[in-house]
Amino acid sequence: MAVAVLSLCYLIGSITFIVGLKMLSHPRTARRGNLVAAAGMGIAIIGTIFLYRTDDGLPLHNYGWIFSGLIIGGIIGTVLARKVKMTAMPEMVSLFNGMGGLCAALISVNEFDHLLHVDPLLFVIGALVSGNNLILHVFIILAGLIIGSISFAGSMIALGKLAGKIGVWRFQGQQVVNIAVLLITLLLAIGLLTTNTFFNGWIFGLIMLMALLYGVLFVMPIGGADMPVVISVLNSCTGIAAACGGFLYDNQVMLTGGILVGSAGAILTVLMCKAMNRSLKNVLLGSFGGVQSDHAAQAQQSYKEITVSDAAVVLAYAKKVMIVPGYGLAVAQAQHTCHELEKLLEERGVEVKYAIHPVAGRMPGHMNVLLAEADVSYEKLLEMEQANSEFETTDAVLVLGANDVVNPAAKEDPGSPIYGMPVLEVEKAGTIIVNKRSMKPGYAGIENMLFYRPKTAMLFGDAKQVLQQLIQAIKEL
Amino acid sequence: MISLLQFLHDHLEMAYIVVLSIFLGVEVISRVPSVLHTPLMSGANAIHGVVIIGAIIVMGQASPDNYFALIIGFLAVIVGTLNVVGGFVVTDRMLDMFRTRKKKEA
Repeated sequence: MAVAVLSLCYLIGSITFIVGLKMLSHPRTARRGNLVAAAGMGIAIIGTIFLYRTDDGLPLHNYGWIFSGLIIGGIIGTVLARKVKMTAMPEMVSLFNGMGGLCAALISVNEFDHLLHVDPLLFVIGALVSGNNLILHVFIILAGLIIGSISFAGSMIALGKLAGKIGVWRFQGQQVVNIAVLLITLLLAIGLLTTNTFFNGWIFGLIMLMALLYGVLFVMPIGGADMPVVISVLNSCTGIAAACGGFLYDNQVMLTGGILVGSAGAILTVLMCKAMNRSLKNVLLGSFGGVQSDHAAQAQQSYKEITVSDAAVVLAYAKKVMIVPGYGLAVAQAQHTCHELEKLLEERGVEVKYAIHPVAGRMPGHMNVLLAEADVSYEKLLEMEQANSEFETTDAVLVLGANDVVNPAAKEDPGSPIYGMPVLEVEKAGTIIVNKRSMKPGYAGIENMLFYRPKTAMLFGDAKQVLQQLIQAIKEL
Repeated sequence: MISLLQFLHDHLEMAYIVVLSIFLGVEVISRVPSVLHTPLMSGANAIHGVVIIGAIIVMGQASPDNYFALIIGFLAVIVGTLNVVGGFVVTDRMLDMFRTRKKKEA
């Protein structure tokens, strides 16, 4: 009876995941969708705790451990998720993703440990009775271990990169080393599967170590600007690792949830790459911003600076202003100040809109989330195509901490690493004011020719401070 | 090869789930507006936290004197819960901002 009820719980769980994901993809139902999926998860978890029966028909034990684990994890998770600033949201997603990967890897460790403790004789008989299913069992354990470990290590490095703590690390022959590490991992795994002498904890530990190392090496050469794509890939990986658990325990809800996320993550990755007009291979090999085509930049190094009061005049007397937000806005937590400026300009009769590049910031939709927090109205956010058709009728563009998404090299310089990526064509507008902290190239490490163009004026400083000064200056006009 | 076929036959139901889920995932995501990419990624992130169920099963079966298994299982439960709870709470927070904006417009 208990098992039948549990099956029902899992069925409900699976349905809520599907319905939840579906609802999450529509703005109106998104929030409810998240709650629906969370409720289904709750049902599946509680059902597992109380209704699960082992192969021998026994209920689970170690309740003390299970509940303290759930409580500790729950408290830490809630606090982290509640306290974190909106700008650090991508980091959080990366962190939680890594935790899921680690969880899958630890399950594999435990299952393998369990196998080692089984009486060898029983083990052999079991293998004989069930044909070669034992090998497949170990295969799934290994798959969960390797994928989970890569996902964990990769997510942690991605987290460090998003937080700006880890830079890009490249060396000669890096691809060869990466492939070698992955190959060694796989060879060890095959060895463990097929050779009796390899069937021990040491080799297993070594495989985990190599998989972790590969996760680190895999993310290391990729530029910070590509982290959204990387996180999406790792998200997909963790889904597959979770699905391995589904196979291991014949558990349908783990399987549905895991595979659903695995395929959804894969498609999301493809969508993101499409938005940047780059192939996934290109992103993952880390070719972004390696050797830059900065020969053009060296030819004409002069750029124009503009004072805050001049910029204020330009903005206040324009008919139509387009704001292009980027990561700089997020770092400076300037979304509220930006909204204030928008309101102030609107009061003066200036039409203000936002041009949102699909990969501006550190995640797709990052800017939308950020501006939504500051109560910027939904209609003011223009998607790229729409914005590009409106730049011609725009008097002034204010670029706030965005760089690569407005780089004209993507259209003009075939030698540029980002050549072919759709960008916001801000140059069509009358005047372009670029706010940046310094002339340093953006996250992708590519020189931006826009800054040297005659129509462009640079306004250096922290986005928030600059915006505050602008507001002050406009008020005094 | 034969063992693989046998495995497939034994787990036919699972194979169907895998195939259908793949198509389902693709269907659901390909129609999402870019505004919702981040919350959706975060929501999907929370859903793969379903791996916690495996952690609970492992933990609940570990023999009480095998401290290695207990500690590893305990860690697995903690990080799995982190994934689930953190994932859903972060997603809710992101979506909450969309909601407040809508209310004010209305």
